[in-house]
Amino acid sequence: MIEVKELKKGFGGDELVLKGISTTFEKGKTNLIIGQSGSGKTVFLKCLLGLFRPTEGKIVYDGEAYSELSSEKQRTLREQMGMVFQGSALFDSMTVEENIMFPLKMFTKQRKAERRERANEVIKRVNLINANNKLPSEISGGMQKRVAIARAIVNNPKYLFCDEPNSGLDPRTATLIDNLVQEITHEYDITTIINTHDMNSVMEIGEKIVFLQKGRLAWEGSKETIFRTDNEDVTNFVYSSDLFKKVREAVIKEHQ
Amino acid sequence: MGYLKEIGAYFMMIKGVFIKPTKTSVLRNLILKEIDDLIIGSLGIVCFISFFVGGVVAIQTALNMDNPILPKSLIGFASRQSIILEFAPTFISIIMAGKVGSFITSSIGTMRVTEQIDALEVMGINSLNYLVFPKIIAMLFYPFVIAIAMFLGILGGYAAAVFGGFATGDQFIQGLQEDFVPFQLVYAFIKTFIFALLLATIPSYFGYYMKGGALEVGKASTTSFVWTSVFIILSNYLVTQLLLS
Ligand SMILES: Nc1ncnc2c1ncn2[C@@H]1O[C@H](COP(=O)(O)OP(=O)(O)OP(=O)(O)O)[C@@H](O)[C@H]1O
Ligand SMILES: [Mg+2]
Repeated sequence: MIEVKELKKGFGGDELVLKGISTTFEKGKTNLIIGQSGSGKTVFLKCLLGLFRPTEGKIVYDGEAYSELSSEKQRTLREQMGMVFQGSALFDSMTVEENIMFPLKMFTKQRKAERRERANEVIKRVNLINANNKLPSEISGGMQKRVAIARAIVNNPKYLFCDEPNSGLDPRTATLIDNLVQEITHEYDITTIINTHDMNSVMEIGEKIVFLQKGRLAWEGSKETIFRTDNEDVTNFVYSSDLFKKVREAVIKEHQ
Repeated sequence: MGYLKEIGAYFMMIKGVFIKPTKTSVLRNLILKEIDDLIIGSLGIVCFISFFVGGVVAIQTALNMDNPILPKSLIGFASRQSIILEFAPTFISIIMAGKVGSFITSSIGTMRVTEQIDALEVMGINSLNYLVFPKIIAMLFYPFVIAIAMFLGILGGYAAAVFGGFATGDQFIQGLQEDFVPFQLVYAFIKTFIFALLLATIPSYFGYYMKGGALEVGKASTTSFVWTSVFIILSNYLVTQLLLS
């Protein structure tokens, strides 16, 4: 579980990018952060990851406030985080298998054979077939995402962060990736936080949804409640297309 | 003001390279890879350039000595001086700012724009140490490259002088041995060492702190080449002033 308390973040300019956000992300759930481009999703995620130091406020990971930990403890906490980057961020000089074994090589005393065994376990888990010895540039975007997910979970993280995990993927592959992340979250009881502006993801895996607007938390709820909310900002954002507006009306009718 | 800030950021980066080191076994492999990329990979072009420019230096010296009173051995002497003092250390380093420098900037810059550096940081790895430290260590072998450049430059001069009929082999070699001041060699290698550090760190700085996308990677490489050359020339001037005058 991650608790965020009055988080503020600025970059020295006049205006803060995050203007005081408080919320809770629960364990074993897929938590979504949605919001328009520029609303501060990536900055928020990078604060949660410890890549950015908050200007004000606290982030508490299962009872431990990051800013109050010794640097040693902070590092241990970091090692329990996995991250899937928007563009996958695979190391392009390493093969798929080496990419996935990399966190093990850096942080465990495992020998090569053990590392390979563990890597192949997760490779199987994310359904990557016949790609072990390929370079990232030689596989498709969907497969790169799977490699990125495998690399993020190889160390059994307690927290998993994904920045727009299905941007640039076709709708079918995007759904597969979403489902994969959700299954993994449930299976290993991970606190998962996903940045997205993909409405399919919102409807599929939004167990908790946080809506950011200009650096503020404007609404929170879940995929069930997002249909019924009368918060106009949310409905304008989520149902920005006619298709979605019609879907919404149909769903509301059905529920009545 | 902007420049001062950048210089400050550069020294902060250098400090960042030496804290929180990466696991030794990993670092060893990274260093070997950098030696292969930066040092071994440069030998071909360095050998080629040194040999032929050495030849040109000898020919130019010979052609400009039309006074018959001057001894032919002067060709060997002048070639030796210009190759050891300036051509090999400085000229080759400027070329390396293009070759090694833009390689470093673009490889680190690509990692920056594709978030690979963030990926390292998220894993709790000091990305500066992981990326820049192996390059600095690899560049400690750079004086060997320059030693080879000196040797081949002189060999090229010898070949050009003898085969062009400007001097006999004996005259050239006699010139090479005239008035040899060992400290000049020390001076040449002191500056080579400084250039090596500049070649490893300035391009790293431009790659590491770049922003933007693929287009900016290209721009950063060019900027990095310009500034690396500028600082090589400036430090060349300073070291020469300090050590030789
Ligand atoms: N390192 C930084 N320095 C200064 N400003 C920044 C930095 N990173 C982000 N910002 C600013 O913070 C704001 C929010 O950016 P952010 O990347 O979080 O948006 P986002 O919601 O992730 O958008 P997108 O959906 O397009 O990815 C932007 O106005 C951006 O200019
Ligand atoms: Mg973003």
